[in-house]
Amino acid sequence: MRKMPIKFYAFFVLPTAVAFLISFLIPFLLGIYLSFTEFTTVTNSRWVGVDNYVRAFSEDIDFWNALVFTAKFAVVSVALINAFAFLFAFLLTRKIRGANVFRTVFFMPNLIGGIILGYIWQLILNGILINFGVDITFDARYGFWGLVILMNWQMAGYMMIIYIAAIQNVPPELIEAASIDGAGALQTLRRITIPMVRPAFTICTFLTVTNSFKLFDQNLALTAGAPGRASSMLALDIFNTFYGRNGYEGVGQAKAVVFFLIVGLIVLLQLYFSRRKELES
Amino acid sequence: MKTNNRFGMAAVSGFLVILAAVYLAPILIVLMNSFKGRFFISDTPFAPPNGQTFVGIDNYISGIAKTGFLQAFGYSLFITVFSVGAIVLFTAMTAWCITRVKSRASSLLYYLFVFSMIVPFQMVMFTMSKMANILHLDNPLGIIVIYLGFGAGLSVFIYSGFVKSIPHEIEEAATIDGCNPVQTFFWIVLPILQPVSITVAILNAMWIWNDYLLPYLVIGNTYKTIPIAVQYLQGGYGSRDMGAMMAMLVLAIVPIVIFYLTSQQYIIKGVVAGAVKG
Amino acid sequence: MARKLFSMISILLAAVLALAACAPAGAKEVYYLNFKPEVAELYQKIAETYKAETGVTLKVVTAAAGTYEQTLKSEIAKADAPVLFQINGPVGYAAWKDYCADLKDTELYKHLSDKSIAVTDGGGVYGLPYVVEGYGIIYNNAVMTRYFTTAGAKAASMAEVNTFAKLKAVVEDMTAKKAELGIEGVFSSTSLKPGEDWRWQTHLANVPVYYEFKADGVDIKVPSATMEIDFAYAENFKNIFDLYLNNSTVAPTLLGSKSVDDSMAEFALGKSAMVQNGNWAWGQISGVAGNTVKAEDVKFLPIYMGVAGEEKQSISVGTENFFAINKQASAEKQKLAADFIYWLYSSAKGKAFVTNELKFIAPFDTFSETEKPTDPLAKEVIRYMSDTSLYNVAWNFVVFPNQTFKNNFGAALLQYAQGSMDWADVRQLFVDQWKIEKAKS
Repeated sequence: MRKMPIKFYAFFVLPTAVAFLISFLIPFLLGIYLSFTEFTTVTNSRWVGVDNYVRAFSEDIDFWNALVFTAKFAVVSVALINAFAFLFAFLLTRKIRGANVFRTVFFMPNLIGGIILGYIWQLILNGILINFGVDITFDARYGFWGLVILMNWQMAGYMMIIYIAAIQNVPPELIEAASIDGAGALQTLRRITIPMVRPAFTICTFLTVTNSFKLFDQNLALTAGAPGRASSMLALDIFNTFYGRNGYEGVGQAKAVVFFLIVGLIVLLQLYFSRRKELES
Repeated sequence: MKTNNRFGMAAVSGFLVILAAVYLAPILIVLMNSFKGRFFISDTPFAPPNGQTFVGIDNYISGIAKTGFLQAFGYSLFITVFSVGAIVLFTAMTAWCITRVKSRASSLLYYLFVFSMIVPFQMVMFTMSKMANILHLDNPLGIIVIYLGFGAGLSVFIYSGFVKSIPHEIEEAATIDGCNPVQTFFWIVLPILQPVSITVAILNAMWIWNDYLLPYLVIGNTYKTIPIAVQYLQGGYGSRDMGAMMAMLVLAIVPIVIFYLTSQQYIIKGVVAGAVKG
Repeated sequence: MARKLFSMISILLAAVLALAACAPAGAKEVYYLNFKPEVAELYQKIAETYKAETGVTLKVVTAAAGTYEQTLKSEIAKADAPVLFQINGPVGYAAWKDYCADLKDTELYKHLSDKSIAVTDGGGVYGLPYVVEGYGIIYNNAVMTRYFTTAGAKAASMAEVNTFAKLKAVVEDMTAKKAELGIEGVFSSTSLKPGEDWRWQTHLANVPVYYEFKADGVDIKVPSATMEIDFAYAENFKNIFDLYLNNSTVAPTLLGSKSVDDSMAEFALGKSAMVQNGNWAWGQISGVAGNTVKAEDVKFLPIYMGVAGEEKQSISVGTENFFAINKQASAEKQKLAADFIYWLYSSAKGKAFVTNELKFIAPFDTFSETEKPTDPLAKEVIRYMSDTSLYNVAWNFVVFPNQTFKNNFGAALLQYAQGSMDWADVRQLFVDQWKIEKAKS
């Protein structure tokens, strides 16, 4: 079906396209425009050029802080989550009794919403920290590791599922052949399993990086940025800049554009590297 | 070698059991605390309830009344079900159409949809909620339109990937039999798309049910969904009531667990399929 | 099958579009954006009653603590904007000028007992105070009486406690004897969780600001006079704040997760003897299951910080709650809002809500002497108000720059309590942030 009468085309495309226009495309373009203006509502915007961008970085260190905090968080959580997820997947693909039950348990936290997760972990972490006479707001580092633990709890099960699927796709003949050739379990893992699940590794890294960068709900519920704004990640910092005070709407919008560019860059890099790898192999 | 192996397996099983216990512990601790008086929770979350601290289901009663939980549950359910329905139906239509009809409009739309996946929500949070307000979409029905627009990116992407793998011949045969495109789509294509539809439905349901910021900004002051109601406990009533908080956390988790246990295979399959394509 | 599906879609589409396009209009409705989270549930009852009486729907939306400005900002820009909202005094008026209608001719204004406390500009009246409140150090007289009988007590009665020096001596002695007194600490925990720190970053901070303005002869109604501040009484603030921290039920490092609710509960359960709060907190004290504090033992003490002449200092009575009516709403809606507030403060049913449930001390002459709240804290406020030998610590925090300033100061107080910030830096932050945020708002 290369061609379709216009009325049919409209029927198929319009509902989604109109909704997309309303809730994404127009707001997106308007958002870029507004980042160069001063405004409280859309109708009273006044062009100020790159002023908002300058203010976003120069007026206080919150945005830098959030940027550094987020980047560190992304690195640490990518490493840890993937390590745990791969370990779980590796163990669960041995012929373990009750593997399904374990899989069910490990995956479950992933379905719980970020706000709920944040409050669950706030209770647990404060309950532990109280024995040391402090709480999670004491230092941004506590908030940082608290978020890392929370994210591991939430995401490791999800990544595990992807790794399990990948490991199960490794042809059993390959493994058999290896063991006939006298390869030990570790060697098999290193020479066969890991190279075979590399695409899954790419996917999981990508998902954890983007999720870490966009993290908002968990951050809001667990620490809300405390102490001060030291544990605010990018998304929360943008939200607070935008809605927290009068006269900062433009700055908040400018920060959001920068945020978008950062995420976009990560995605492009990711695509570039995974393409290259695919070509190599 | 063999005994060694068996021993190894036992060790692995033991390790997994401990890990599973660690995984479930936070939820169980919240459950336990939901039966304790609200002032005995934050300082001693690991102490089981005793004669002095046990309050039965008081936290549930006060929490439900305070947050309007039943209403919140209703809003969450309504919004999730209808938004997912709308997304599945409309994005399947769109994805099929723009994949099959090769035109400039089609590929422009496709790239716009894909592009929207990488844009963080903060980028459009204000302008989008403003649009929603101007167009009177700031109610539980209108927000479905917003979710359709927002969910379109990933869903169209997943559907398109699948549509490409369906052979043209079936559809062409239907056309020769006199079907117009609408009939072809609903009779032939939609049934073939069923497995992807499940994936799309699950991924979107997980997102919409748990979504906080979008509904908070669009309808949050008047219609509180579950995540908004929980967050609102944090200062919405003068000060935080930890008892009600624990009870609400439990109530927020229960429907998810039930849904998960009853449709686990679909969820896990959906996640894998979605992740591999996304 | 296909036809069924097709018709289903069309119905769904049509329904979504139709329902989305027509907002509920025509019904008589007053949209009130409520500032006080602690009375949010009560307002639902008031709304039901008002609907039954007049047929007018009262839509009440309550902003979570510390988010009023933010909520108002997003709500007022909407098509269906709040008609009745609140401003917190001159600063609020300056920010929301474009939305504040002149209330000079409203029925309720005519009944305002003291016209000078309204928010005025030129000849117009833009904010109507709807409640008078007082705050200080709430104490449990039963514990104090027990203390005064102990060996070597630093005072013989509360009447002697009228300076910071005396208060400090008593409190520190009480801490030494806390086992004997059966308390875990003299003061309830100093809740410094973000969003729960308003008792310190606003109310406590008001006292040194009050003294500074008084010493400098600043008229807070003149905006230019309050653009900068020295925080000259910072040491006095530190005096009392340290006293709170060091004689408390919990270690200062744990305060970042303590809420006002926790703090009031400690007092209600008899774990502490004192807690700084206002008369609005009575509900939180009496509402705690298993509370051990008797109503007749709950009293107010002024917040002394070691300023010369503070023997004559009273508790802090004032208002930061002013009704404003949205000028940009239709005349009909504005009328409905004015009618509602007049009903609430003049009809028998409305007044019963105000006095007995909201427990407001209402500043209107529609209330007789007997129509005042009878809870112990409100009675204490009324007692202090009528004591003309004392001077009131006016609510100067209504000219604090904005919520950001308060939050930043609150966060600094937490870091100070946790030992990770010096007092000199806290003071500097107060001065700097005041200037910065004043310039912005």
